[in-house]
Amino acid sequence: MLPFTLEKVTSVQAAIAAASSGRRFIAGGTTLIDLMREEVEQPAHLVDINALPLSEIRIEGSDLVIGALARMADVAAHAGVQRLQPLVAESLIEGASPQLRNMASIGGNLLQRVRCPYFRMHDAPCNKRTPNSGCAAIDGLNAGHAILGTSNHCVATHPSDVAVALVALDATMQVRGPRGERTFPVEELFRLPGDTPHLEHTLLPGELILAVRIPGGPDSRRARYLKVRDRASYEFALVSAAAALDVEDGVIRQARLAVGGVGTRPWRLRMVEKALIGKAPDRKIFETAARLALEGARPLSGNHYKLELLPRTIVRALEMTGEAA
Amino acid sequence: MTTNVIGSPLQRVDGRAKVTGAARYAADFNQGGQAYAVIVGATVGLGRVTGIETAPVEKMPGVVAVITHRNAPRLPYAPHKSYIDPATGERLHVLQDDQVRFYGQPVAIVVADTLDQAERAAAALRIAYTAERPLVDPADPKARPVVPEAGKQPDARLPADTARGNADSALADAPVKVDEIYEIARENHNPMEPHATVAAWNGNRLTLWSKSQFVVNEQAEIAAVFGLPPENIQVICPFIGGAFGTSLRTWAHVTLAAMAARQVGRPVKLVLTRKQMFFMTGHRPRTLQRMALGATADGKLTSIVHEGTGETSRYEEFMEALTSVTSFLYSTPNVRTRYRLLPLDIGTPNHMRGPGEASGVFALECAVDELSYKLGIDPIDLRRRNEPAIDESENKPFSSRSLMKCHDLAAERFGWSRRLPEPRSMRDGRLLVGMGVASASYPAFHAPANARARLLPDGTAEVEVAASDMGPGTYTSMTQVAAETLGLPVERVRFSLGRSDYPPAPSHGGSWTMASVGSAIRAACIAVQEEAAKRPRDGRPIEATASAQRDPDVAARFSMHSFGAVFAEVAVDPDVGTIRLRRAAGAYGIGRVVNPRLARSQCIGGMIGGMGMALMERTVLDPRDGRPVNAHMADYLLPVNLDVPQLEAHFVEEIDPHVNALGVKGLGEIALVGMAPAIANAVFHATGKRVRSLPIRIEDVLTV
Ligand SMILES: Cc1cc2nc3c(=O)[nH]c(=O)nc-3n(C[C@H](O)[C@H](O)[C@H](O)COP(=O)(O)OP(=O)(O)OC[C@H]3O[C@@H](n4cnc5c(N)ncnc54)[C@H](O)[C@@H]3O)c2cc1C
Ligand code: SF4
Repeated sequence: MLPFTLEKVTSVQAAIAAASSGRRFIAGGTTLIDLMREEVEQPAHLVDINALPLSEIRIEGSDLVIGALARMADVAAHAGVQRLQPLVAESLIEGASPQLRNMASIGGNLLQRVRCPYFRMHDAPCNKRTPNSGCAAIDGLNAGHAILGTSNHCVATHPSDVAVALVALDATMQVRGPRGERTFPVEELFRLPGDTPHLEHTLLPGELILAVRIPGGPDSRRARYLKVRDRASYEFALVSAAAALDVEDGVIRQARLAVGGVGTRPWRLRMVEKALIGKAPDRKIFETAARLALEGARPLSGNHYKLELLPRTIVRALEMTGEAA
Repeated sequence: MTTNVIGSPLQRVDGRAKVTGAARYAADFNQGGQAYAVIVGATVGLGRVTGIETAPVEKMPGVVAVITHRNAPRLPYAPHKSYIDPATGERLHVLQDDQVRFYGQPVAIVVADTLDQAERAAAALRIAYTAERPLVDPADPKARPVVPEAGKQPDARLPADTARGNADSALADAPVKVDEIYEIARENHNPMEPHATVAAWNGNRLTLWSKSQFVVNEQAEIAAVFGLPPENIQVICPFIGGAFGTSLRTWAHVTLAAMAARQVGRPVKLVLTRKQMFFMTGHRPRTLQRMALGATADGKLTSIVHEGTGETSRYEEFMEALTSVTSFLYSTPNVRTRYRLLPLDIGTPNHMRGPGEASGVFALECAVDELSYKLGIDPIDLRRRNEPAIDESENKPFSSRSLMKCHDLAAERFGWSRRLPEPRSMRDGRLLVGMGVASASYPAFHAPANARARLLPDGTAEVEVAASDMGPGTYTSMTQVAAETLGLPVERVRFSLGRSDYPPAPSHGGSWTMASVGSAIRAACIAVQEEAAKRPRDGRPIEATASAQRDPDVAARFSMHSFGAVFAEVAVDPDVGTIRLRRAAGAYGIGRVVNPRLARSQCIGGMIGGMGMALMERTVLDPRDGRPVNAHMADYLLPVNLDVPQLEAHFVEEIDPHVNALGVKGLGEIALVGMAPAIANAVFHATGKRVRSLPIRIEDVLTV
């Protein structure tokens, strides 16, 4: 681990000022410290933001507002979250482990780095870690990698679970930087790898995530998260799906669907949503619509199974929206 | 006075020390003025080191030494082979030449004042190589199997080839056949405690606080490596945080710690990283097995052909009992077994809980299950029809064999009668439910061991053996044996282990510690009482040392094995393929149960290990350079608490007067054997899809 300085800040302003001069925020540290230990991340100066008043969870009308420093465990256990946005709670509980969830913040979760094993190996090429060094995964072991949104430079999946739920729910994020505050859809936080996979998000230098706002809707309570993996906990998704349906008089009025484990960013599936609207919520309809998720999919040598697993996961998640959690 | 301590569910005598942190593990033995060593591993899978830029690293803060093959002392490496080492080949001679034999092989060691300085210096060390593509995949057609040298003699302990009758022609003639290939992934032991050694020299004497399941062999091996008399070396290891076999051998890092300490003239502490434990300290070898069964229409086995191949390194022939159980588990006139090795550019594998037997029994017990479906005979019934009266491979009676009793007991507790025979016929809501069964077997070994017992004037007793306790509860069970033999309450007996200057014990593996060390303790306790009877009470301690081993005449007359039956129920999601173990029950015939609480705990742990083997564990090597890509606890899957359902362990009443004076057969390994095939068979029953490659994952059951 390289030496670094650690400075605590108590105001948002001080945090932004510190970050504008090239310092890195640290919240729970569950991913940043881990990567610093392996010298994949090498910040020389850290700003501890844990003392900032950003851990509140509040309800504003039908919206749910979650502070960037709220811990995954606290958000998942919050009665208001469970009532208004059960999908968010479910996606958080399915993530990481209890120990990690106790430390990990919502802001940090959205900015976590990829889990591609080569990303952590200094003796393997990785464009994300070292631009223009190559990609060890494309011709290597890539069973866990993406089939959507990949480029010839990087094929790593975005690992967050809650981000999939937030993208499905059209959540927005509130950020503040040296040039003031702005709000934009969570979906726009994530970049495609293209030929610059080392650039992962759209935050400007010095910008601090303040909160995430999730609008409530008629479908919020018929919303489920399904995470498919080989063990019951403490594993990233092979494929996951966040689905919400608003069904009235036996007809789907509105559908929301985003998937994880398959895309280089949390992957919203608007084509599938469109194919569902106006139809009856039954398995046949789900199956036909789910096929559309594969459009543009590019499997790698080791992850053809995702072509089969993705539509099945979608179908099952859509079915689950009609079942109690 | 009889105290009936043997058989009582005594709580762990060392439990308090463990939960309060008072128990000291190897890395806890910090020495004054110690330096820290970090191993640098090769970043190529095969080749030579052509350049090492040590100068810039030597100037880094705190760095005391950078040791490479260029400046390392030439070590004597006098011949040394324990039974725990492969019989053929030679251990890795570390930092003695420029060759890289496998990815991650140590090529340098950096020593610094602090761990952080050593880690940073190790990361900064630039090394140049010439590299070739290593051969790491056993399925690669370029991999050539060899006949294991130590298996060539017909009387070898693990013969390469065995035969009775004519298995091939009987197979060809059999009206009903199963003939399939089974595969098991490479697994790493992954105990919680990492390998660690603290080495301190005092002149020509060396003390090693080192994680070891075999302290007297670590002493002997390091003595041989450094050309010193064994009495100059003391190995101390009072506690082990899990091992599963990975600390049976003395790996290169122990030599490196001692070498570094001598070089820098200070004590040196060396702890392996989790990643290094994926290539430097052995693994369960990948295996490929052909299992063929022939049977009559009414389910009588007429032939078994078992051809198994396990991977090994290029420099040692690691052998395990892959095909052994096949010759005696069933009654059949025709059996042929063949065991081959596949040398690859990898580190040498080693024993991992239930070694060989666990892998071989997986193939055998899946094949028997397949046969039961072909015949339309209940799998337990099929086993009963082929239950042998004697060990037909050796023409000897079993000292005891309770296999069918185990099946009956476990089947009843499990509720096997509720199973519908048809695959894919049982459901719970949407989920496909399946039940599977398998037999288990493991040898009842007994190795010579020694013990010392001492009666103190205050009415307490001390017992000492150079044994180990990697977690099964050896401290506790041995205290029970001593207390019962001496007629003392357990509180008045203090048992110590884990020092190489105690009376020697065999390696802590092979499920023979209870039999071997327990018998030695019993003998020492009897001897010290005899001594006490002869001597007037003069207020001085009375001491006796004794040894015990199996009576060779009895050993020649009987075939000695533990047996068990394991039942598993799984639920498979028909949409997304998730496989969950819902419950399992095992029954075991293991002779006398010294402590039912510990025995149950052993079984539960073994079953979880078998569950990992069946559904999760797999070290994946990148074929381009042999690196493990999932050398990380988040990526190498093991069962977590949420995966582990209710597990039941039962013991059948079994009195075996032949195995040893205590009547114990050992339990650590058999608890893992049988679990994987029971689960694989349950997955077939649930889905109708036969997966013959472990671990069975979602992608294997997605398409039926
Ligand atoms: C072994 C393991 C398994 C995991 N499994 C899962 C899983 O299954 N599903 C899942 O979703 N996640 C998983 N995670 C990821 C985990 O959820 C993240 O590590 C965690 O959410 C990060 O939050 P943190 O507060 O610890 O972030 P930190 O480590 O403190 O920071 C992460 C990054 O975010 C930046 N940052 C933090 N807060 C802010 C802010 N307010 N504004 C701007 N930048 C900020 C930091 O500068 C840093 O770059 C796993 C992590 C580990 C280590
Ligand atoms: S997939 Fe991306 S993260 Fe992985 S090696 Fe390639 S560039 Fe690096």
